[in-house]
Amino acid sequence: MDNHVALVGVGLTPLRTVSPDLSFREMIFEAATRAYADAGLTPRDVDTFVSVAEDFHEGTSITDEYTPDQLGAVRRPVHTIAGDGLQGLAAAYVLLRSGAAEVAVVEAHSKASNIVRHEEVLALAMDPIYERPRRLNPHAVAGLEMRRYLHQAKACPEVCAQVVVKNRGNALRNPFAAYGAVLSPEEVRRSPPLAEPLCELEVSGYADGAVVLVLASAEAARRLPGQAVAIRGIGWATDEPSLSGRPWAEAVYARLACEMAYQMAGIRAPAEEIDLLELDDTYAYKELQHLEAALRLEVGEGARLTAAGRTALGGPLPVNPSGGSLGMGYGYDASALVRTAMAALQIRGAAGPLQVEGARSAVVVSWRGVPTTSGGAVVLGAL
Amino acid sequence: MSRPSRRVAVVGAGLSLFVRRALETGKELAYYAASHALASSGLRRRDVQAVVMASAPDAFDGVHMKGEYLSDGAGGWRKPYFRAYVGGGSGVFSIISGWSLVASGLFDVALVVAEEKMSPTQPHPQAAFNSIFDHTIERPLGPNLLWIFALEQHRYMHTYGIRNEEIALVSVKNKRNALDHPAAQVAAAVTVEEVLASEVVAWPVHRLMVSPVSDGAAAIVLAAEEVAKRLTDRPVWVEGIGWALDTSYWGNRDLAYPRYVEDAARMAYRMAGISEPRRQIHVVEPYDPFAYKELHHLEGLLLAERGKAPEDLARGRFDRDGELPSCPSGGLLGVGNPIAAAGLMKICELYWQLRGEAGKRQVANSPRRGLAQAWGDLMQIGTVVVLGV
Repeated sequence: MDNHVALVGVGLTPLRTVSPDLSFREMIFEAATRAYADAGLTPRDVDTFVSVAEDFHEGTSITDEYTPDQLGAVRRPVHTIAGDGLQGLAAAYVLLRSGAAEVAVVEAHSKASNIVRHEEVLALAMDPIYERPRRLNPHAVAGLEMRRYLHQAKACPEVCAQVVVKNRGNALRNPFAAYGAVLSPEEVRRSPPLAEPLCELEVSGYADGAVVLVLASAEAARRLPGQAVAIRGIGWATDEPSLSGRPWAEAVYARLACEMAYQMAGIRAPAEEIDLLELDDTYAYKELQHLEAALRLEVGEGARLTAAGRTALGGPLPVNPSGGSLGMGYGYDASALVRTAMAALQIRGAAGPLQVEGARSAVVVSWRGVPTTSGGAVVLGAL
Repeated sequence: MSRPSRRVAVVGAGLSLFVRRALETGKELAYYAASHALASSGLRRRDVQAVVMASAPDAFDGVHMKGEYLSDGAGGWRKPYFRAYVGGGSGVFSIISGWSLVASGLFDVALVVAEEKMSPTQPHPQAAFNSIFDHTIERPLGPNLLWIFALEQHRYMHTYGIRNEEIALVSVKNKRNALDHPAAQVAAAVTVEEVLASEVVAWPVHRLMVSPVSDGAAAIVLAAEEVAKRLTDRPVWVEGIGWALDTSYWGNRDLAYPRYVEDAARMAYRMAGISEPRRQIHVVEPYDPFAYKELHHLEGLLLAERGKAPEDLARGRFDRDGELPSCPSGGLLGVGNPIAAAGLMKICELYWQLRGEAGKRQVANSPRRGLAQAWGDLMQIGTVVVLGV
């Protein structure tokens, strides 16, 4: 296997529902300090830095202004991806592959507790001419998609509740998670409806936190003392932005992203070659769509695998052993990098009570949330 | 850092008109520029393997996750697509981002699109900049961009003993150059006296020393060496890239000299193997949102002595028929400033200049290597690209 790029340092802060004691810059500093220590280097050894942020989430325009100091990146090549965490990872990955850099850092954070009503921010992501006049609550878009998915999958809503029970249960073992809980599917379904059939407990709760990853070329990784994990493949894709023209039952962006990553990684049969999956579960039903994309399944097969308990932590295909966003907390575009960090710990065999026995390969699938059709995929493997 | 091995070329360029208020949506502007660039390269949308989008603050359009909204217009549908963002430096950074996609070996053809629609902000987009400042330390002072750049210009003038007449000459040159640019918004034949007679917006900055509010889009097509050579016998190679972001605490810096531009330039020169930039760069498109910035940046790029760029300008060194033509396009002061699109417009200009296709704007010195630079954030980032034939 020709491992061009490796993940050599992982640093994250525990996700918390509120963080009144820390600014986002202090959280980034904490995550960066951990990541540099983990990789056994200082920011002076880093050739390029990528931050992941969106202006409206930060409440600051041109928010990349505030990235360099706390990363130790002043007067260095720093840029921002106004996008998904895995798009940011991809931006660093291509700089390493191009030869322009040997060591790269990717940073993402969430200070969700500063946003009073995230739905109102999300509503501004709707097309201003065709969609905004409908005054749709963004969760209603998810409700529509969930309904369409369940219809085409010939599944009942209880399978989504099972995802919630599994993920929040897994999160109880995760020291970085904010939403661990013991729940029953009935309790989930009894929670208040947000946009039927979507109910409150099927939506990830918001969380604050920061994550920093250190990447290196294969050559640089050999010099560094940290325990390296191979980035075997990466992919990202955007589908139709308008609500009217998109497919509603399947996550085409995730299929495209996975295929790109698998082709790079040389993966032919993902269900056999991948030991664990960290899939976006901003809404419970999205885990099912993303599972189908990641394993090349027909619409509905993901629901049946889940209903049969095969995606549980001890099952043959563990999905979101970390607890996912439902269990860890949702941190916007940082979520995917938090999950990449969790997958890397699994491959290092350092995931503690979450450890999937003998995990040697993992796939992470991300989504940017309503109303987007953008996502990414990364395949990690043992070196 | 090692030296990249895969060569990447610009093989097509396109622009929309730059105007104060476009009736087209941002998606449509992006589509127009992308289509123009693809048509000039001889490629079709289906040949594009990945797309990079550049656009400055979402606050202009009031659209959250603006990159997602623009994705289909830019040609990103069902493709790897992302939005790279370094504020005002985004336009020149976008080609760096596109370069990295192709240079990585993952893609052979990438489309880079920059779009900006400032007109939706009413009554004036300056208000969208109020939210760029530190919420605790700076926002209570009520600063705006004109205000802080006036501070910087004043510091530059004070440090080197430069007179405002010398700076006004930049507006005269660029607005005159833009008379030959078909996409230009504010081309004009003006004199130094007229520039200094225009109203003061924030001393020492006069209205005609500031680029306008604009809508517009620009696009380029990038291809790997083997593809580029099949498409054209005059590929324009990306020879050097550089970028550097200075501290967020801009109040602690000496504003007389843009050291982050020098950092970025040195990175690009190292990659391009340039040891004597003043001899080896033949045409330059420095970022000129304000008249003084062109001079300030020429010094940061090591293309003029510190504090001496105004003298070089006065003796014609930066004219189209001068020793180092600067902003032959007309720059932001003449063509207009749809922020990210204005940066990529500079790359388009180099593409046409280096291929000898710039028509009436063609510089006289048969250039073989050109440089484009942009700047942004809190007087904080420099982005530099060196192109050559």
